[in-house]
Amino acid sequence: MKADASNFSRAMTGAFGATLRRDLLLSARHPGDWINPLVFFLIAISLIPLGVGPESKVLAVLAPGVLWVMALLATLLSLDGLFRSDYDDGALEQCLVSPSLLYFTVLAKIVAHWLVTGLPLTLLSPVLGLMLSLPGGYGTLCLSLLIGTATMSLVGAVGAALTVSLQRGGLLLSLIVMPLYVPILIFGASAVNDAAQGVTVGVPLAILGAFLALALALAPMGASAALRVCVDSD
Amino acid sequence: MAELLLTLEHLSCERDARPLFSGLGARLHAGEQWQVQGPNGSGKTTLLRAIAGIGATARGRILWRGRPVQEDLWAFRRSLLYIGHSPGIKGALSPLENLAWYRAMSAGTLAEDSLTALAEVGLAGYEDIPCQQLSAGQLRRVALARLYLSSAPLWVLDEPFTAIDKAGVAALEARLGAHVAAGGLVVMTSHQEVTLPGVRHLDLTAFPPVFTEEEEGAYEG
Repeated sequence: MKADASNFSRAMTGAFGATLRRDLLLSARHPGDWINPLVFFLIAISLIPLGVGPESKVLAVLAPGVLWVMALLATLLSLDGLFRSDYDDGALEQCLVSPSLLYFTVLAKIVAHWLVTGLPLTLLSPVLGLMLSLPGGYGTLCLSLLIGTATMSLVGAVGAALTVSLQRGGLLLSLIVMPLYVPILIFGASAVNDAAQGVTVGVPLAILGAFLALALALAPMGASAALRVCVDSD
Repeated sequence: MAELLLTLEHLSCERDARPLFSGLGARLHAGEQWQVQGPNGSGKTTLLRAIAGIGATARGRILWRGRPVQEDLWAFRRSLLYIGHSPGIKGALSPLENLAWYRAMSAGTLAEDSLTALAEVGLAGYEDIPCQQLSAGQLRRVALARLYLSSAPLWVLDEPFTAIDKAGVAALEARLGAHVAAGGLVVMTSHQEVTLPGVRHLDLTAFPPVFTEEEEGAYEG
């Protein structure tokens, strides 16, 4: 019985690692899929000073909100492909029938998704903050985006799973996911705002962390259940 | 008498609320090969998916070694090799990388010797080429290479011979024969004539859908 349990856990970590490695390899071979949202983030934010005007006072007020809104939209842009290719080529079916728990497979896919979208977005954000004359709080900007993009990848996976069998599910996906992103946006942007004005940011960051913990526990389960229903009914 | 592996009891399936067959029952033993038959749209794929556990729309029960499948999913899924209509092969990865992922997902039911398996399906020399450069038949051969690696007793194969040439089909039939002779069980569909001796047929037209009164009302509405 004990040997069976250790077999089981070894199989699950093996499946997690292999799926993570596979998805990162696929991203490396199809760079367009993950560079798109990054380029969108970059272009959209570089356009703001051109549209609003170079006045650094105005830009400084806008910066936290703009950075966060654009990060949210960039994440949203990348979500549709999360399960789509696996669904199209039959690999998703194989995940459903494999002995490995779908939870770990889905979690591995979400982690891979975050590593190629959320993480580079976060690393890019201080540079774009400079462009928008963000007066301070660069550490908070990175930390809040780090937590926030991870939460958005997790929550977004549920929406992506629910719409995976629809050929044009993009709009529906946005409608499902957007209301769930609103609280993340509010607390994330307010943390950066507070930090820029030199106020302590413990509370909004703690709330963001709580969102992440909740999403980490529930979102892969929700996405797995959604995938089972959607792949069933096709 | 060979061991009873898979029992289908009063199975009914529907697709998009359209009933396909109902009251299907069968007892499948170790060492048997079953071919599911029926015209297009009669529910062959749906039945295979229901057996594999994709498809909650099935009514009735599926028993593995006399116990409902849901009671021990971990054991059942380790006993199962399912190859569906889509080969499930990533175009950007090489055949070896694809098989490596399947091995990691299989909880130890796939052997490690991918090179030999790829040679068996006629893909020697293609191990490291991205699968998107392979033909449709070769792509299916990558998926079928798992037949040479799997230690699972139950093989559920949906149209495994699609896009495979004659020599390839003969080799695959030999592989299926060896699996069955070793006490395995094969459930498959094929539009081609399967020449294996002792293949049993499960004809879906023998289990026409039955409408309950309630459902008939729903259809009229």
